[in-house]
Amino acid sequence: MSLYRFSSPATFYALAGRMAPWFAGAAAILAAIGLWTGLVVAPTDFQQGEAYRIIFIHVASAWMSMFIYLVMAFWSIVALSFNTRLSAMLAQALAPTGAWMTFIALWTGSLWGRPTWGTYWAWDARMTSELILLFLYFGVIALRNAIDDARRADRACGVLTIVGAVNIPIIYYSVQWWNTLHQGASVSPTGSKMNTIMLTGMLVMAVAAWLYAIAVALWRVRAIILERERGSAWIEELPGMVRA
Amino acid sequence: MSTVAATALNEPDHGVFSAIRWAVAHDLRVALRSRAELAVQLLFYVIVVSLFPLASSPDRALLAALGPGVLWVAALLASLLALPRLFASDFADGTLEQVAMSPYPLPALVGGKALAHWLTTGLPVVVLAPILGLQYALDADVLKVVVLALLIGTPILSLLGGIGAALTLGARGGGGLLALLILPLYVPVLIFGAGAADAFRAGLSVSPNMSLLGAALLVALVGAPFAMAAAVRIAID
Amino acid sequence: MLEAIDITARRGTAVLFNRLRLRVEPGRALLVTGRNGSGKTTLLRVLAGLTQPDDGAVTLNGSATGAMRAHIAFAGHAAALKDELTVEENLRALAELGGETVTHDALSSALGTVDLAGQRELPARTLSAGQRRRVTLARLALLPRALWLLDEPATALDTTGIGVLAELVTQRLRAGGIVVAATHQPLEWPPDRADSLALS
Repeated sequence: MSLYRFSSPATFYALAGRMAPWFAGAAAILAAIGLWTGLVVAPTDFQQGEAYRIIFIHVASAWMSMFIYLVMAFWSIVALSFNTRLSAMLAQALAPTGAWMTFIALWTGSLWGRPTWGTYWAWDARMTSELILLFLYFGVIALRNAIDDARRADRACGVLTIVGAVNIPIIYYSVQWWNTLHQGASVSPTGSKMNTIMLTGMLVMAVAAWLYAIAVALWRVRAIILERERGSAWIEELPGMVRA
Repeated sequence: MSTVAATALNEPDHGVFSAIRWAVAHDLRVALRSRAELAVQLLFYVIVVSLFPLASSPDRALLAALGPGVLWVAALLASLLALPRLFASDFADGTLEQVAMSPYPLPALVGGKALAHWLTTGLPVVVLAPILGLQYALDADVLKVVVLALLIGTPILSLLGGIGAALTLGARGGGGLLALLILPLYVPVLIFGAGAADAFRAGLSVSPNMSLLGAALLVALVGAPFAMAAAVRIAID
Repeated sequence: MLEAIDITARRGTAVLFNRLRLRVEPGRALLVTGRNGSGKTTLLRVLAGLTQPDDGAVTLNGSATGAMRAHIAFAGHAAALKDELTVEENLRALAELGGETVTHDALSSALGTVDLAGQRELPARTLSAGQRRRVTLARLALLPRALWLLDEPATALDTTGIGVLAELVTQRLRAGGIVVAATHQPLEWPPDRADSLALS
């Protein structure tokens, strides 16, 4: 049994339908554990009081925002190299989730900033980088919508995603570079030794976010497959399909 | 000897340098025939830079702090304004097809187009910057830093912008879509470029900024032509 | 020899051609006919390597056409003329883009063949549609390639122009070249050297 079997949209459609609920369920369970750890069990922070608890969502979404983009870039490279449809559809399915994660990271980061620094927004390296990342996602989604032909859109978005991926190391390392350029960096949550319970809560939430992203991407790619493969015989055979 | 020479003469040179030379010569010739259009773009740059002191207070310290940033943002906008010109008319009149069918390497041809774009858009901005910078009460040393940063940065804008221009050929949304695609790529250039002047004014070394800009230019020089070529082939498919 | 093996092209959900095979020997021409929208232009662009087929491959003398650009001249719908440049500058630029070094005499000869010697110094924006098409013919005269791909070459040409086109094509065929043309009008090419392919 070759793995190539799954590169056909029809086969993957069925596989994704079976896998997605498991990922969603696991994500829900882990999220419950993570949130309980973070909101109930973890102790009050010495400096920041209760407000710090938002990092349990913030850090998970920020990590995912960058990770999803890298996965998108990976599938784009595969799609452009092997001219496969499914890899391009997977990249297409990931973009909205990545954008959401970035938005949540920015939103929660902003909410955290208010009690911590006294302002909702500061043009520091991290926030600016996340904003750039959000625009990268918007750009890929906008380009997809602006090109009518699906295959052309696949290739153009693939090139754009890969070019944008060059930005990711810049975004990641700008945090360090900013410290050398502007002394007096803002609070770093991963710097100082962290309470074990807090760390555990954060990691659990990160994994939960990852599983959630996989589940949502699988569901979304099913919708994309249906839309792009419409007219194919195997779709007509699906249970619940109404023949036009 | 004559056979070798004859072979050398008959063997067409499809090399990178000839390709760049063809593209620069062709695009410059076309651009210089519509001098009015070029002048309008430069005028736009001048106007944008001159608007800010009018809109904010004439406080010298404030202007000096704003100056480098404004010069950079205006350079960005001027580059964006000129980007559709890079591929759109070639796409419409069939030249881009011929470029893609040329035996010359496509990355070299589009790289040459980006170079021509910089010569008509970026280089004039660099030349005008010191004169316009006087409006912002910037002293000579700061201006030198700004000009050097622009000199390294504006080619990056032309190269990265060319990728966006090629990707949006035949897509709906025009200039707005192009701006959305390019902005995330431009912003780091803007931050490090304008930041050089800020660092200088704060008494810090400018070499981290300049090194990063230089590195970005190298990456753009090596990578952007291939990305542009890929985008062009996708657009004419 | 030009060979297309099982090429398939779709536009959206419509299939333009499915597992099409063709072979054209040196010295022969192929006329591709069909209604508008039947895929003539797409076929030509697939042969040129501009458009990727959904399936199949095209080779010229054994190598993929994408790698054989030095041996192909493509004339699409648009004449690739810059309005701001003169006829001579346009012609020289296009010929050089194709990798040829053109002398002043070669340009004069080409322009004379298509009866545009008088318009040499004029900007291309002053040309009529027929004259623009004749510049394309002059370009072809400067590019003696193994394969000519022509998309509706007789558009806007008068009888003299069609005669010049036929003469250029005949010379190319006699020299061992291959000419493929998409057309919906009669071209007066030597019938003993031309085959026909109808797309539906």
